[in-house]
Amino acid sequence: MSDNRNVKIRVRNLSKVFGNQPKKALELRDQGLGRSEILDKTGQTLGLSHIDFDVHEGELLVIMGLSGSGKSTLIRCLNRLIEPSEGEIVIDGENIPELGEKALLECRRRHFSMVFQNFALFPHRTVQQNTEFGLEVRGIDKEERQRVAREALKQVGLDGWEDAYPNQLSGGMQQRVGLARALANDASVLLMDEAFSALDPLIRGDMQQELLQLQNQMQKTTVFITHDLDEALTIGDRIVLLKDGEIVQIGTPEEILTKPADDYVRRFIEGVDKSRILTAESAMRKVRATVRDSDGPRTALRKMRDHSLDSIYITDRDRHLVGLIEAEAASQALEQGKEKVTQAMTQEFRSVGPNEPLHNLFAMFHDNSFPIAVVDDDRRLLGVVVKGAVLDELAQAAETPELAKSPESVETAPAGDE
Amino acid sequence: MAIELPRVPLGQWIEGGLNWLTSEYSLITRGISRVTQTGITGLNEALMWLPEWALLAIIAGLCWKLANLRLAIGAVAGLLLIWNMGLWEPMIETLTLVVIATLVAVVMAIPVGIAAALSERLYRGIMPILDFMQTMPAFVYLIPAIPFFGIGSVSAIFATVIFSMPPAIRFTTLGIRQVPVELIEAADAYGATRRQKLIKVQLPLSLPTVMAGINQTIMLALSMVVIAAMIGADGLGSEVWRAIQRLRPGDGFEAGIAVVILAMLLDRLTQSLRKSRKA
Repeated sequence: MSDNRNVKIRVRNLSKVFGNQPKKALELRDQGLGRSEILDKTGQTLGLSHIDFDVHEGELLVIMGLSGSGKSTLIRCLNRLIEPSEGEIVIDGENIPELGEKALLECRRRHFSMVFQNFALFPHRTVQQNTEFGLEVRGIDKEERQRVAREALKQVGLDGWEDAYPNQLSGGMQQRVGLARALANDASVLLMDEAFSALDPLIRGDMQQELLQLQNQMQKTTVFITHDLDEALTIGDRIVLLKDGEIVQIGTPEEILTKPADDYVRRFIEGVDKSRILTAESAMRKVRATVRDSDGPRTALRKMRDHSLDSIYITDRDRHLVGLIEAEAASQALEQGKEKVTQAMTQEFRSVGPNEPLHNLFAMFHDNSFPIAVVDDDRRLLGVVVKGAVLDELAQAAETPELAKSPESVETAPAGDE
Repeated sequence: MAIELPRVPLGQWIEGGLNWLTSEYSLITRGISRVTQTGITGLNEALMWLPEWALLAIIAGLCWKLANLRLAIGAVAGLLLIWNMGLWEPMIETLTLVVIATLVAVVMAIPVGIAAALSERLYRGIMPILDFMQTMPAFVYLIPAIPFFGIGSVSAIFATVIFSMPPAIRFTTLGIRQVPVELIEAADAYGATRRQKLIKVQLPLSLPTVMAGINQTIMLALSMVVIAAMIGADGLGSEVWRAIQRLRPGDGFEAGIAVVILAMLLDRLTQSLRKSRKA
């Protein structure tokens, strides 16, 4: 989906060692030693190792992992709040680890805005002054920065709160200020470090939706850290899954769910409500047969018989969806001597885009049991979803972790002998 | 039989060092002496020029504005008592010494405190010195003050500054180090320079703690200024000193009570300053 977009940040072979002998630790790693062995031998902690990924222009990339997986370290390496031990982080041709002090300041100002888990608002500054911080540091003149800050506050729904202090706001509102501060800065990349993790679930859901809306409007390149898979799947264009300082899998939410790279990922995705994440596209089957709008009812009937179908979709020359004709209607039309299928077609079917969440499709089957047409933006027929396929897909997704677990349960079953 | 060990001539070394300092830097010490003396006389005369009731009204107003009516009433009552006991002039002299010593101590302490907060090496170097300054019996500072500045108020200021400076340094350092890491990260993430970080984030956030340090400094300065009567500083301390020499407990307690009133007044006033900043 985003493969042909421009790369905004290229991260290659990034590693981070916590300790005073990073070289030695990296050497041991290259000899094939694991994290815990390196810690035992040298007292150095290998925080990140061999991290490779790209952040594409305008995408929302989620880096997810459990605590201790290195995700916070990784996001802080990007703007060098933490110094990486080796590797490249290239943004617009600049290799961040090589920048001098001044160039680094300049790079942070131009490229990075950051939103923090515990908001990190300045308690001695008003909401307005907090929002202005990035601009103030850059030396933008007062009138301009006040205008921009007010605009950003409006964008996050906080107009009227300019003169309040952070401790007068609820958690959700405080994080909106955090977001406004980042937006006002207008840097090219937005870094969000567990930005919604400290909020209660309802507010968190709202904030996720708002972020997605903002993202739709602005297409800002965003790197979002979270430990919550549901959150990652909801908001991420792509997900980088981290474990013990290494990347386990990179992919779209759907790829992570349908093609987990290993047992770890499989166990991870256990328990996710998959119908919310899976889309029409994942349950879609290729259309076995269609008829052209210029065809007659006889052709339609023959095709339905050949493929044992009760109904068949009608398209024009460019595969644009025109309608649906049922077997019964087709034979009636034949008797009445109608020449075109279009004369006997119906519009009583449902059509959806490929990204329609699967759970929305359930309700659609309630009205009638025609296969649901999946069409692209130009209403070109991509495929169909039949009722059974939706259930199939969900059942499969639900079963996957069970399959992964089953060998274990066999092993732990009582053996029955000495 | 005791084993004869050669005595370490620590005292001699210190004396030698002090003598050397006195003779080498007499020009500087005399300069400092003159400036300080001018400051003391000026402030003292200004405060004495005001009629008692006027100063009383100003202080009461200050208490009311910064703290509350209760403190204002207490201040008026206390100061009236001092006036009534005929200790107004020594009280003003003591206040002058406290104000000037605190001013000098704070002006020197805050930059040192900031530097120690930002540099781990300086921090480790300076902490034992502060321990030394605070635990050394206060009287001892009076002795080298005399060869430097002679008998009188300037020596008192010198000893008081040294004795009262440590808390201001400590609290400034503490205040800056207490600023949450996340806020420092936020400032860094948005590309703040060190200077911007200090002025826009670290200093404002450490202000309540710094104020607590200044409060401590004032209290220590007051106690030292009283003791400094032994080397000829004017004020309430010299009233106490005279009462000791003449064995007049009544006079001694009167002056002592005046010190307590002044101490409470200064303490509450600076504390309310800190609280009003915080809110």
